[in-house]
Amino acid sequence: MATATAARVREQAPLAERLGSWARQAALLLSVLAVLWGLWELFRWAGEKTSFHLGQFTVNDRTFPHLHDIFGTLGEPSRRNGPMLIEVLWDAALVTAKEAAAGFALGASIGFLLAVVLVHSRLLRRGFLPYIVASQTVPILAIAPMVVVWLGGRGLPSWFSVAVIAAYLTFFPVTINTLRGLASADPRALELMRSYAGGRLAVLWRVRIPTSLPFVFAALKISATASVVGAIIGELPASVGGGLGNAILNFNQYYASAPDRLWATNLIAATLGIVFFLAVTLAEKLVVRRAPENVA
Amino acid sequence: MSAQRAVVSLRGVSKEFGRGGVVALEGIDLDVRPGEFVSLIGPSGCGKSTLLRIVGDLIQPTAGGVSVNGKPPRRAREDRDYGIVFQDAVLFDWRTVEKNIALPLEMTGWSRERRRTRVRELLDLVELSGFEKHYPWQLSGGMQQRVSIARALSFSPALLLMDEPFGALDEMTRERMNLELLQIWEQTGSTVIFVTHSIAEAVFLSTRVVVMSPRPGRITGLVDIDLPRPRGNETREAARYAELIRDVRRTLRRGGGFEVDEDTSVEERLIAAEEGL
Repeated sequence: MATATAARVREQAPLAERLGSWARQAALLLSVLAVLWGLWELFRWAGEKTSFHLGQFTVNDRTFPHLHDIFGTLGEPSRRNGPMLIEVLWDAALVTAKEAAAGFALGASIGFLLAVVLVHSRLLRRGFLPYIVASQTVPILAIAPMVVVWLGGRGLPSWFSVAVIAAYLTFFPVTINTLRGLASADPRALELMRSYAGGRLAVLWRVRIPTSLPFVFAALKISATASVVGAIIGELPASVGGGLGNAILNFNQYYASAPDRLWATNLIAATLGIVFFLAVTLAEKLVVRRAPENVA
Repeated sequence: MSAQRAVVSLRGVSKEFGRGGVVALEGIDLDVRPGEFVSLIGPSGCGKSTLLRIVGDLIQPTAGGVSVNGKPPRRAREDRDYGIVFQDAVLFDWRTVEKNIALPLEMTGWSRERRRTRVRELLDLVELSGFEKHYPWQLSGGMQQRVSIARALSFSPALLLMDEPFGALDEMTRERMNLELLQIWEQTGSTVIFVTHSIAEAVFLSTRVVVMSPRPGRITGLVDIDLPRPRGNETREAARYAELIRDVRRTLRRGGGFEVDEDTSVEERLIAAEEGL
């Protein structure tokens, strides 16, 4: 049957083909990295050559360290006779990762549940949504110390305060996108469920939530990186030792003498964000089954 | 024919949308007997889909009485007395073909074993055996619609409601699906209410064609289709077929709604040319 063969063609590509496509993707990322590296060094070289300056800003080792210096400093001791910088930052990244992961889980769950409740009531939506939006216009730096004060001294570990601050940044995109996703169910699918005498719970579980998943994952990708930022910022007032936030604060003070270290710390923080993002992308691949054209 | 014996009985059904808004249906009286294949035909906006939804208790009429299988439509819906098929297949992308068909059964708590056996039978009926594990987006439009029909038949409902089920398919696929639907209808013995705006399709399939007028939707005529069965490709060449198409067209025109050009099939155009339209 002609239609049957046409259908087979659209099945998943064989393993060899998929490996090839991953290899191409890796090569692409490395080439882009090489290009960016080249542009950075080119700008540095040209800036020094022409003594480019913009007000106070000039190009030198302090403002624009060589990329190889930044990577190189990772392998040097962070202080005299101390461990290598990469080891220090690795430990710091683990601390921050724990806070961010807990904050992400907390924020994503709260965000999702909030959307599930709100989608069922126009009244609640109209009453609460403006405040949910307002919550995000308050700067996180203003909220963070309050969270620390509220939660501190209640027998909770101090990293938990940081997780709550990360959750504060995480829940919002999840609520907004999930709400949109839950409401985007095909009206005829809802009629179909009605014809099967399905109640609200059946509709939620069998239609609305599966429909919302691509929206939810789009939000989770935003939230994954936001939770890392939230954790780093949250560490500052929470006085949690050993996280990346502290490392940034610390190396900021010594920027004049060792700018590479702050840059290297930023590099690690960025890598942590990417790892979080990739984890969500992987989960999406495992969970969301959609027509290829409907997957972002 | 008594009203009790009718599968669907409509008495003075009207539907108005909004406060003093559009009158979609006015004074609809219709009885559909067991085993009948009734098509509702009319121009866009004549309320034929609305009427189908009233029978299925998906919307409520503003006035009039409805009974389905001798019960109020709500009871009939809760008893799963009917299956419904829309113009688009409305399959769930995240479920395999097998699980899409099993969905209504799953919701009434059929065991896994029973569901599997029933899905096998249904796939066999719609000639899709072997596609159990495929996802909807791996199938062609016609195949998707067959899955949707199988799903509607899962409970072996006495009544099948179809809302322009083949409207989105190309002409060749549509004709093949028409033949398949007739076979399924003959095998299952269900009663079918079929909404379409193709005159040829309505005549080919039905035992009776209900012709409706544009807003407000009213029944302007009933045409009994006495073409012999089983019907096949030769039916489309019979003189009687052309005659009946002409009858339906005339009834439509008398009702004041002749806007069916959007879906005119090849025969209709040929006949129209003969008549000098």
